[in-house]
Amino acid sequence: MLKKMAAGVVTAGLIGVAGTAHAGKDLDAVKARGQLICGIATGVAGFAQQDDKGKWLGLDIDVCRAVSAAIFGDAEKVKYVPTTAQQRFTALQSGEVDMLSRTTTYTLTRDTALGLEFTGINYYDGQGFMVPKKLGVKSAKELNGATVCVQPGTTTELNLADYFRANKMTFKPVVIEKVEEIRAAFYAGRCDVYTTDASGLYSTRAANTPAPLKPDDFVILPEIISKEPLGPVVRHGDNQFTDIVRWAFYAMVEAEEHGITSKNVDEMLKSDNPSIKRILGVTPGMGKALGVDEKWVYNIVKQVGNYGESFDRNVGMGSQLKIARGLNALWTNGGLQYSPPIR
Amino acid sequence: MTDAMPAGDRKPIAPPVDETGPLGWARKNLFSSWGNGITTIVLLAFVVWVLDWFLEWALFTANFTATTGAECRGGGACWALIREKFRYIFFGSFPYEQHWRPLFAVIAMLAMLVLSADRRMWNWRLLVIWGVGSFVTFLLMFGQLHIPLSLILAVALIAGGIGLALRSGLATPSERMAYYALVGIGAVGLVLRIAGVLPSWSIAIAPLSYVETSLWGGLPVTLILATYGLAFAFPYGILLALGRRSNLPLIKGLCVGFIELIRGVPLISLLIMASVMLPLFLPSGTTIDKFLRAQVAVILFAGAYIAEVIRGGLQSLPKGQFEAADAMGLNYPQKTLLIILPQALRVVIPPLINTFIGFFKDTSLVLIIGIFDFLNTANQALVDPNWAGFPGEVYLFAAFVYFIFCYSMSRYSKYLELELNKGTRR
Repeated sequence: MLKKMAAGVVTAGLIGVAGTAHAGKDLDAVKARGQLICGIATGVAGFAQQDDKGKWLGLDIDVCRAVSAAIFGDAEKVKYVPTTAQQRFTALQSGEVDMLSRTTTYTLTRDTALGLEFTGINYYDGQGFMVPKKLGVKSAKELNGATVCVQPGTTTELNLADYFRANKMTFKPVVIEKVEEIRAAFYAGRCDVYTTDASGLYSTRAANTPAPLKPDDFVILPEIISKEPLGPVVRHGDNQFTDIVRWAFYAMVEAEEHGITSKNVDEMLKSDNPSIKRILGVTPGMGKALGVDEKWVYNIVKQVGNYGESFDRNVGMGSQLKIARGLNALWTNGGLQYSPPIR
Repeated sequence: MTDAMPAGDRKPIAPPVDETGPLGWARKNLFSSWGNGITTIVLLAFVVWVLDWFLEWALFTANFTATTGAECRGGGACWALIREKFRYIFFGSFPYEQHWRPLFAVIAMLAMLVLSADRRMWNWRLLVIWGVGSFVTFLLMFGQLHIPLSLILAVALIAGGIGLALRSGLATPSERMAYYALVGIGAVGLVLRIAGVLPSWSIAIAPLSYVETSLWGGLPVTLILATYGLAFAFPYGILLALGRRSNLPLIKGLCVGFIELIRGVPLISLLIMASVMLPLFLPSGTTIDKFLRAQVAVILFAGAYIAEVIRGGLQSLPKGQFEAADAMGLNYPQKTLLIILPQALRVVIPPLINTFIGFFKDTSLVLIIGIFDFLNTANQALVDPNWAGFPGEVYLFAAFVYFIFCYSMSRYSKYLELELNKGTRR
């Protein structure tokens, strides 16, 4: 066993070599490293998931890629660090990751007391209801007397009670701690309704419906009863880096609004529209103001796509989740996605 | 005696057919009474029914060739999902074209474990096997290794120290001089290195592209966490167990305190401490590799449990063994290593392997700090909405792989128990 111990010391040293360290301002550190370290979720369908080759894909992943494209001109210079709900803020505060892009709700206390900075909202989420289609329910207002599966100790549970009380309805809660068990209970018919964030409902429906049942056997009701704005987060201390993260996302929204897509971005370079010229860096100035290459929006749109493309590919109609744009449509289409002008 | 026939002429008559062979066995064990007969038939029918349902689902109506989850739906098991995802489940996000590296790393580790399971290797060969095995494993996983000078010096110091402790009465003067030289070089070198006199220098071996631990996943992660967790925890646990029986109050107090502290908290809390608390105490900007943090947490935790198991073995030894060793003039290391531990460890093999098996499975708790071991990559495979809704298949597959490992360990424990107790069996 002493021999094992000696062999062990060697390996301990070898593993230790992999430790990372950086110092100074966040942006300098990112540039010196040549890589952006992005904290992401540990597997949420459509938002952060891995394909068969272990490559990360998703709506949240695209935000990381956009930031990388803005800084390096290459969307692939990202190291993804999966973080759980418990450790995500520590990972950001301690410098283990440069930014978080992992379905994190924007609230006042998180933005202030935790020393963090939300840079935007890449997905407007909210609590919704999922029911089996065979119940024939069309609206949450028809749920009087229903049994509802819900996770305890979350704002979800409180929102649920508030909503039913406000609408003078009653419900029987089935309170289960673990998400997997809640899903199992819902699909086994132990409750009529499953409630959680709408994005969670869509991904549960798409990814967890057990085999004999089909995702189409379940409907997600149109009512959204709470506000859950999800967005990327950075820590206080480097305002330039914060600006880049903020505007890398806005650039995707702005590109969609101006009809710039990954397909037509090269033709758009020849456009006469002064806004488009400014956005794509044909008229210089924007990149310099932000401290990145003038072609930053071109690189983002070319490599990642605009917000609409990213939404469609990952969670929208082009994916298995089939989430409607809803609140996440552009403001010009009646949604909430609105970018301040790039000028 | 009124035998008509002389004893030598008696022909042995075969027992009745219904008392031997399978028929006899069945009659004796399964149908010895009406009640037992009915129970047997009912249970047999149940087993056939379950097996029929299972085989129908898992084999006859199963889909092995579908290319999307939608094609799979409706029939039996969707093994096409496993076929599509098995590389991801085994190796996680390790660069896809380089999957041969974790594959050979796993093979190297298994070879290392199988070889060290053989009792004929339990001598200096073990050191060679683990040295070469670990080197190959980590070279393949990392792609590049940098061995710093301080590590080489530390190894020299430890090797010399061990040599001196174990062979103090037996070594020839020249051998002893070699040990002193090793200790001297190691100690002086380390002091100079820390004082900054010696430069930071390292041997670089870099035949492959570097792959950092955050990209590791799947089976190699489970194997490395479990193997090295236990390989370190074992000697560490022995030291703790010996320390707990020490006569020196300080050492005893430290060991008891450590063991009770670690055993008093769940592994999850240690892992969360390592991933949530530790970074806040470190100077800003300094991070310790997440994988290393998890590995250390596993070692500390397993060490405390192994210490308690080994203490049981130490307590089972009669006092005479200690006294006899003392009477022969052996010093403490010799007494412990040559007389006490070989006997104590033999007694605790079954509970020790039990601990090993437990820890092999416990390593999947590292998911909560965002490391993807085998079970967690299997979980990730379920997230893909293109292959929605086949959790049963994936978990069965994961369970099957875990079963292979745990069952082999359990069989090995059985073999070892018989092998080591040959002397005491009559």
